[in-house]
Amino acid sequence: MIRFLIKGLLRDRQRSLLPLLVVSIGVMLTVFMHAWVTGVLGDGIEFKARFETGHVNVTTRAYAENAGQIPIDLSLEGAGEMLEILHSEYPDMTWVERTRFGGLIDVPDESGETLSQGPVTGIAIELLNENSHEKERMNLTDALVRGHFPDEPGEILISDNLFEKLGISLGQEVTLITTSMYGSMVFHNFRISGTLSFGMGALDKGTVIMDLEDARLALDMQDATAEILGFFASEYFEPETAKAMCQAFNEKYSYPEDKFSPLMQNMRSYPQIANLIDYAGLMTFIISAIFILVMSIVLWNTGLISGLRRYGEMGVRLAIGESKGHVYRSLISESVAIGLAGSVAGTLAGLLCAYILQEKGLHFDVNMDTAAVMMPSTLRAHITPVTYCIGFIPGLLSTVLGTMLSGIGIYKRKTAELFKELE
Amino acid sequence: MTNNGNQAIIALEHVVKRFPSGRTWFTALKDINLTLGRGEFAGLVGPSGSGKTTLLNLIGSLDSPSEGRVDVLGREVGKMNARESATMRKKHLGFIFQTYNLIPVYTVYENVEFPLLLLKEKADKRRKAVLEALEWLGIESKAKSKPTQLSGGECQRVAIARAMVKKPEIVLADEPTANLDAENSHHILQTMEQLNRELGTTFLFATHDEKVIKYLKRKIRLFDGKVASDEIIQS
Repeated sequence: MIRFLIKGLLRDRQRSLLPLLVVSIGVMLTVFMHAWVTGVLGDGIEFKARFETGHVNVTTRAYAENAGQIPIDLSLEGAGEMLEILHSEYPDMTWVERTRFGGLIDVPDESGETLSQGPVTGIAIELLNENSHEKERMNLTDALVRGHFPDEPGEILISDNLFEKLGISLGQEVTLITTSMYGSMVFHNFRISGTLSFGMGALDKGTVIMDLEDARLALDMQDATAEILGFFASEYFEPETAKAMCQAFNEKYSYPEDKFSPLMQNMRSYPQIANLIDYAGLMTFIISAIFILVMSIVLWNTGLISGLRRYGEMGVRLAIGESKGHVYRSLISESVAIGLAGSVAGTLAGLLCAYILQEKGLHFDVNMDTAAVMMPSTLRAHITPVTYCIGFIPGLLSTVLGTMLSGIGIYKRKTAELFKELE
Repeated sequence: MTNNGNQAIIALEHVVKRFPSGRTWFTALKDINLTLGRGEFAGLVGPSGSGKTTLLNLIGSLDSPSEGRVDVLGREVGKMNARESATMRKKHLGFIFQTYNLIPVYTVYENVEFPLLLLKEKADKRRKAVLEALEWLGIESKAKSKPTQLSGGECQRVAIARAMVKKPEIVLADEPTANLDAENSHHILQTMEQLNRELGTTFLFATHDEKVIKYLKRKIRLFDGKVASDEIIQS
C-alpha cells in the first residue's frame, strides 16, 4: 500500500513536484533571508568590535571608566605578561594590543616652519608584525588610497581627507604633537607612507594609523597598552561565552579597590553597543518572524489547496472501502514527505546562497563621508546554527498543518457529501 | 419481497431521509420499504430528484437514514460507525459511477488492484485476481494504459473490473451508462449481466436510461421519494 501511494505521489506532479518546488523556494528564501538579516545587522556590531572594542577587551579599571576620553595615562602596564596570561587561559581567542590617542599633526614647510596643522585620532596596531591579521581585521588593504603600508618603523598612514586638507605629500615628514602616558608633551616625527579612506566621516576626518611599537616609543608606553582586544575564532560576538569569560577573568585578576588592576569587558558592557546588539537581535527576530509567517501562510495554502484538489480522489477511495482515518493519515504522510524533502532541498539551496554572500559579501559604494556611525561597506550574510533549522518551520510545519486542516474536511463532511463532490 | 425468493441481503423498513435545505428540511426519501435478495439484477428507476442516488448511498453505507432501518448483509447501516461502514464497503460492496472515477495517476492494472491492496491480499493472489477481472471485461491488453488513454467505454469497463475484482456480494451502479453511446452501453450491460449470472453478484442500478432498464430483471420505480411500483420482469 505504501509503495502504491508513493507511486501515485511521484507520478502526480501536481501532488509532488509542484508542492516540492513551492516548499523548496519558500524555505530557501526563509533560510537566505535569515542569514542575510543576521549578517547585515551583525556586521554593524562586528565592525564596531574590529575597530574599537573587540569582542572582549582588557584594560585598567580606571581606563574603562573614562574610555570615552581615550586616557592613555590610565593604560595597562605589564602588557606582555597580561598577553601571556590571556594566550594561555583563552588559547582559542585572538588577542591584540591597541592604543588609541588624540593629538595634532603639524606639517612643516621647506624651512621647517608650520605649514598646516590638524587634529588627529591615532590608532596604534601591530602593523609591522607579519603574523598579525590587524590589516585584514580593519580592512586596511581596501582602504589604502595612495602610497604603501609602513614597512619600517617611523612610517605612518593618514586619512586621505586630512592628507589633502593639510597639503601633505607622500614620504613627507610630519610631527605628531600629543601627551605621553605620563602626561608630558610629546613631539615625534613620522614619515607618511600612505593614505587611507574608509568611506565614512567618523574615520576619514582625521585618523592616523601607526605601528604599536612606534606609538610606544612616541608616547613613552614601554610594555604598556591602552587596551588588549580579544576576538572569537568564529569572528562573531558570542554574548554568553563573553559574559562567562569576563566574570571568570575579573574574579581572578581584577580588584575593585585597585583602579589600575586589569578589567575584562565585553561588547555588552558598553551601553550604546548593548543597545545596538539588542536592536539587531530584535530586528533579526522581527524580520525573520514576518518572513516565516508570510512563507508559512503561502506553504499552508499550498498544503490546503493540494488537499482540497484531491477531494474527488478521496471520495473514490472512501467508496472503495478505505477508512477516513487511513485516507487522512496517507495525506499527512505525503505532506510530511513533501515538507521534509522541500525543507532539506530549500535549506541546502538557501545555505549555499547565504554561504556565497557570507564569503564574498555584497560591496556597495554608498558615500558615508558624513556618517557619524561606523558601518562596513561590504555587507555579508551570516550562517548561524539557527539558519540550519529555521526553514523547517514554514517548510515542514506549515505544509503539514495546511494538509491537516484541509484533511479535517474529510472528517467533517459526511461520506455521501464527499461523494457528491466527486460526482 | 425478493425477486428470486433467496435470502434478503438488502432490507429497508420505513426509511426516511431528510437533508437540510436552508432553514427547513427537504425529504428525499419517504417511508421506503424494500427487500433485495442475493443475485438480483435490479434497478431503481425514476426521474432526476426522485431519490435514486440517495437510496443507493444508504444501501452503500455512505449515508445513514433519518428514520427507519436499512439492513445490508444482516448489519444495520444506521448503527455502524465510520470504520465499520468502511469495512463493509471494502469487503462486500462494489461501486460503479457515472463518471468512472478512476484514479488518473494509476494504470488500469493499478486501479483494479487498489481494492485488493485495501484488503491486504498477497501479491500473487492480487495479480491473479486483477488479470482475471481484466480478462472478464476484455481489457487485459490495456493493463498498462492510464485512464486518460482509454475511451469512455473502456474506462467504464475498468471501473466494473475494479468493482468486481474482490468478488463483492453487492454491486451498486449509479447511472453507469450515462456517458456511453448505445453500443458501449450494451457491451457493458451484457458484461454485468454475465457477471451476475456467473458469480451470483447482486446488482442494483440507479438509472433513468432506457438502455439499462431493458436489461433489468426487477424495476423499482421511484417517484418523489416514494416507491411508486416494484415490477419483476419474467425472462
